[in-house]
Amino acid sequence: MTASNHPETLVDRVAAQTPLRLAKRVRGLSDRSIAWLFIAPSIALLLAINIFPLIWAIRLSFTNFKSNLPNLPLKFIGLANYVDILTDEDIWHGMQVTAHFVIWTIALQVIIGFGLALLINRQFRTHSFWTTVILLPMMLSPAVVGNFWTFLFQPQIGLFNYVISFFTGIPPSSFEMIGEVRLAPWTIVLVDTWMWAPYVMLICLAGLRSIPDYIYEAAEVDRASPWRQFWSITLPMVMPFLMLAVLFRAIENFKMFDMVNLLTSGGPGSTTELASITLKREAFEKWRTGYSSAFAIILFVIVFGAANIYVKVLNKVKQR
Amino acid sequence: MSAHAAAHSIVEASPRAKAFAGAVVILYAVITIVPLLWIGATAFKSPSDSISYPPKVFFEPSLEGYVNLFTVHSRQTPEFIASLPPAESWWEKLIRSHNMVYAGPSKVVPRFMNSLIIGFGSTFLAVLLGTLAAYAFSRFRVPLADDLLFFILSTRMMPPIAVAIPIYLMYRELNLTDTHIGMILLYTAVNVSLAVWLLKGFFDEIPREYEEAALVDGYTRLQAFRKVVLPQAVTGIAATAIFCLIFSWNEYAFALLLTSGQAQTMPPFIPFIIGEGGQDWPAVAAATTLFLVPIVFFTIVLRKHLLRGITFGAVRK
Repeated sequence: MTASNHPETLVDRVAAQTPLRLAKRVRGLSDRSIAWLFIAPSIALLLAINIFPLIWAIRLSFTNFKSNLPNLPLKFIGLANYVDILTDEDIWHGMQVTAHFVIWTIALQVIIGFGLALLINRQFRTHSFWTTVILLPMMLSPAVVGNFWTFLFQPQIGLFNYVISFFTGIPPSSFEMIGEVRLAPWTIVLVDTWMWAPYVMLICLAGLRSIPDYIYEAAEVDRASPWRQFWSITLPMVMPFLMLAVLFRAIENFKMFDMVNLLTSGGPGSTTELASITLKREAFEKWRTGYSSAFAIILFVIVFGAANIYVKVLNKVKQR
Repeated sequence: MSAHAAAHSIVEASPRAKAFAGAVVILYAVITIVPLLWIGATAFKSPSDSISYPPKVFFEPSLEGYVNLFTVHSRQTPEFIASLPPAESWWEKLIRSHNMVYAGPSKVVPRFMNSLIIGFGSTFLAVLLGTLAAYAFSRFRVPLADDLLFFILSTRMMPPIAVAIPIYLMYRELNLTDTHIGMILLYTAVNVSLAVWLLKGFFDEIPREYEEAALVDGYTRLQAFRKVVLPQAVTGIAATAIFCLIFSWNEYAFALLLTSGQAQTMPPFIPFIIGEGGQDWPAVAAATTLFLVPIVFFTIVLRKHLLRGITFGAVRK
């Protein structure tokens, strides 16, 4: 290969180490073989780390396997795990907790995110600086965030309780955001919203900026009220973006584990025990591997199915 | 738009509307940032200041949190401490002033190194594989391309715990549990889907004419890829790499379940930083600050590409 005059790249290094004979052969490759050569490693990795384990999990889901007792004779028990899960009241309770979490976080994040986007879109001075500030929480590690919010939520010494009591007069030690059954489900919604409302905001902002000015100018010529302009121009034009944000948030929050595990770890009782936390308990504390594999498959099918249906709807909205 | 039109533009918000928007957004931003600033401040508090009521906004800064984070120490009687040779460094003096003796470095540095090794290792591999695959998807007619791309994306829909169950068993068989290479492979597999989708978007934006001209000039496909396309895609590749790095850096579920010592990264480690009698909050805050600062920096660097990264390239702007 000829010496390159731009800084050495990854591919350069790989190419330099390729034996000449192989290099010659590679050089003569057709586009078609290059395409496969380029795609194959990624697909192979995904097959090995994602698909093979998934198939393994499907197989295990029909067994009584317990990974802490690998020598126990493996029994195929058919659909018994699936039946157990679908008739287990704790699982249904967990699904309700998950639904509460997903629905409320999305509702709040859409309202706050869209609201902020509308305001930022007015392009007041310094808006780009403040946008960056608002975006920070969503880039941080959810686990570390969950952990430090437990500090902020300490009843006596925590900043959160103090601020609430400062503004409302409620004594700071009279309520516990993490320890109380009636508050904990809202605590996880609150922290998730703090983290992810900026996400919805950023996507909505892109939607707002995609609306050409002339549409508003035409509306103004027709003397459409600002209210009317919002409902017949802004909202429909931003809708595909908003729906995309909702899709991503819904998938992520349905899978939610890290932040909530560190914030409340499912407690108190099981009031914040999301599906993923139940799954972790079953798989890595009770070591019911077969059972938890079946639950994992059910969760995957739910996400996958719901996401597919949603994308179809989204495409319809886009085409309008 | 002409100057005249701009002056009367109906799209431009009125000054009063702007002021209102600015006030609300700034208020929200300040509320949003207070918890982060509080953590940064707690890192510089003494343990007693960190748990005082009411919470102290003004306090005498102390490096105890950082010292406690990086060292292990044990409580001793004042007589024993008096019998020791005098402390050599400022931090040893600080430890002794609490009737403690320095007993060695803590695990935070190895954990931080693990985060770096696994983060950079998986980022490098994911970007390498992702660049190749994305180029192929962008430029060649790959049979079933849409299905393959969707397949790549769908691997992201599995809850991490669901993936971890079989991975845990597989890694146990292969002796990959709690190893750097095991974690690197796992994070690469997760990141590759993001890398392919993002990079395909970046490659799609580079006009094909450049390569076609190079092909006419006698370059082979691979040379054209290397010398014409890659230099054009550098920004996109860098942005993708940062997104992959942030994912690996922040990841918790896999790290919690698949590592215990050797290859443990920071996220599962930080919650277990404890002092005498419960969590040592200044030390936890110090670790959290050190851990979050690189991400804050990257977020600022990435501002322009953030949107793309978080939507898998679905929104490009």
